[in-house]
Amino acid sequence: MAVGSLPSTTLAYAGEAARPAGASRAWRKLARNPAALVGVFILLVVVGAALAAPWITPHDPAKQSLIRRFTPPVWAAGGNAAYPLGTDQIGRDILSRIIHGARISLLVGVLAVVVSVLIGVTLGLVSGFVGGRIDTVLMTVVDITWSFPQLLLALAFVAALGPSLVTVILVLGFTGWERYARVVRAEVLSLREKDFIEAARAMGIGSVRILLRHVLPNTFSSIVVLSTLQVAQAILQEAALSFLGVGSGRTYPTWGQMIALGRDFVSVAWWLPTFPGLAILATVLAINLVGDRLRDALDPRI
Amino acid sequence: MTAFLLRRLARLAVVIIGVSLVTFAILHASGDPVSLIMPEAPESDRVVLRATLGLHDPLPIQFARFVGNAAVGNFGRSFFHRVPAFGLVLERMPTTLTLTLLSMALALVVALPVGIYGAVRRGRAVDQVATGTVFLGQSMPVFWTGIMLILLFSVQWRLLPVSGWESWASVVLPTATLSTFTTPLLLRIVRSSMLDVIGLDYVRTARAKGLSEWLVICRHALKNAALPLVTVTGLQFGLLLGGAVITETVFAVPGVGRLIVTALRQLDFPVVQAGVFMLAMIVVSVNFLVDVLYLYLNPQIRMR
Repeated sequence: MAVGSLPSTTLAYAGEAARPAGASRAWRKLARNPAALVGVFILLVVVGAALAAPWITPHDPAKQSLIRRFTPPVWAAGGNAAYPLGTDQIGRDILSRIIHGARISLLVGVLAVVVSVLIGVTLGLVSGFVGGRIDTVLMTVVDITWSFPQLLLALAFVAALGPSLVTVILVLGFTGWERYARVVRAEVLSLREKDFIEAARAMGIGSVRILLRHVLPNTFSSIVVLSTLQVAQAILQEAALSFLGVGSGRTYPTWGQMIALGRDFVSVAWWLPTFPGLAILATVLAINLVGDRLRDALDPRI
Repeated sequence: MTAFLLRRLARLAVVIIGVSLVTFAILHASGDPVSLIMPEAPESDRVVLRATLGLHDPLPIQFARFVGNAAVGNFGRSFFHRVPAFGLVLERMPTTLTLTLLSMALALVVALPVGIYGAVRRGRAVDQVATGTVFLGQSMPVFWTGIMLILLFSVQWRLLPVSGWESWASVVLPTATLSTFTTPLLLRIVRSSMLDVIGLDYVRTARAKGLSEWLVICRHALKNAALPLVTVTGLQFGLLLGGAVITETVFAVPGVGRLIVTALRQLDFPVVQAGVFMLAMIVVSVNFLVDVLYLYLNPQIRMR
């Protein structure tokens, strides 16, 4: 049958399924949603602040000043316009520390997810495609990781390996990959029998190439959605680890660590724990909003 | 059905071995335990200690010994307290379980009615407020929620104690904090599984019979919506225990979570291992129970 005789709807559908058109349609759907736009805006502010931290912070985040300690926020009695969100127990500027803290949160959030995606996608592809015993082993490993409260496992291993930025990233990455493995594996299993894979195989294309060129692109939208939502989780987990005292170390301010310090002074200086928490809330909420709308726009199945 | 149970039991055994392996790995990830136990001792003493602890043996043998000891509740002595680590964990287990179960109950008490109501009156004010709160709740760090509650109820209004676990009043804030951790997710599941069921033919039939709306919802729809809820509630248990670790630290509740966090700061690994192992065992058993319960609730599996 010549292409010209196909009904026009088929052609339109085929055109829309191609990546650029599909992606722009998803983007339009996203852009029409006010909640998602708010999320994107907050994210732009947070990412911008993190990138430009050394140039936009009013003070050095580590600079102490005993005369200025416990300065309340500017609108409260005794506030000082030079320290808009107040100062902590050793007189460091809270706003500057929050802006610098955004760097750690975003860095850990994104890199931990990259680690998880790399592990999860690889294992999911292998397990789905090879099947058999490897598949059973992998699913058992997923079962085992689900038996631990994830935070507890991360906590124990970060402490045992020695707290550092790299350890936190690796441990969070290594405890969060199973969702990708499951999604990719399911996708591989359903695609394995499809005609176009069969055709590719009949043409003599090797397994690895089939996986990378034909199977992997089909899992793309699920992975985008899952990883967006995991960034939000990883930021919360990093904050929890910092709060519990096994975070990325004491040299650089993190939101969780600021809240932990603030807990001790909660009765004298409410602003100490409040503002870093609001920073976490805003960032995570923004990512969740974007992730949720992305899910609606890209992939109705998950 | 017996075959299903046997398969589940076999998997349970494998998972328990896996859990032991991971717990075993915690100590070995920390490097040399001997330098943690006696940091300033001369090399000759260390060699003796290494030999008594069996650290010269090959790893598989050490692991086998660890599993054998763990099976009888022997995780060694706490480096710090010099008493058996398992006892320390057992003493604090009731507190953690009480906190977790109370929070789970509170979460269900909130999530069930609100979720059902939201699904029935989809898109109305209550539903929209609930959905918005779910988003907010899922984006808040638990420890921060706890501190904000302290700020309001203990510092500002002086209604409830800042920390501890002695009186009923001191139980309120930790329970409320921990339940904000699970309520959003439960609410979401209740709402979506109710929505799945509400549109089905048999619900319409029940309505057509002239049954009152709430009878239809509670007797007919809820029964079928309960299946995913049971699974999720079970899976939530692990998450809740993780949240309990944080909540106990914020409110200085003397539970297993706080014990583990303190032990980690002191690099007291026997206590960490005993605590992590016990909490994981609870999650494993709850998951197993959920599977068995699922079997009873779902006739499709029961028949096979």
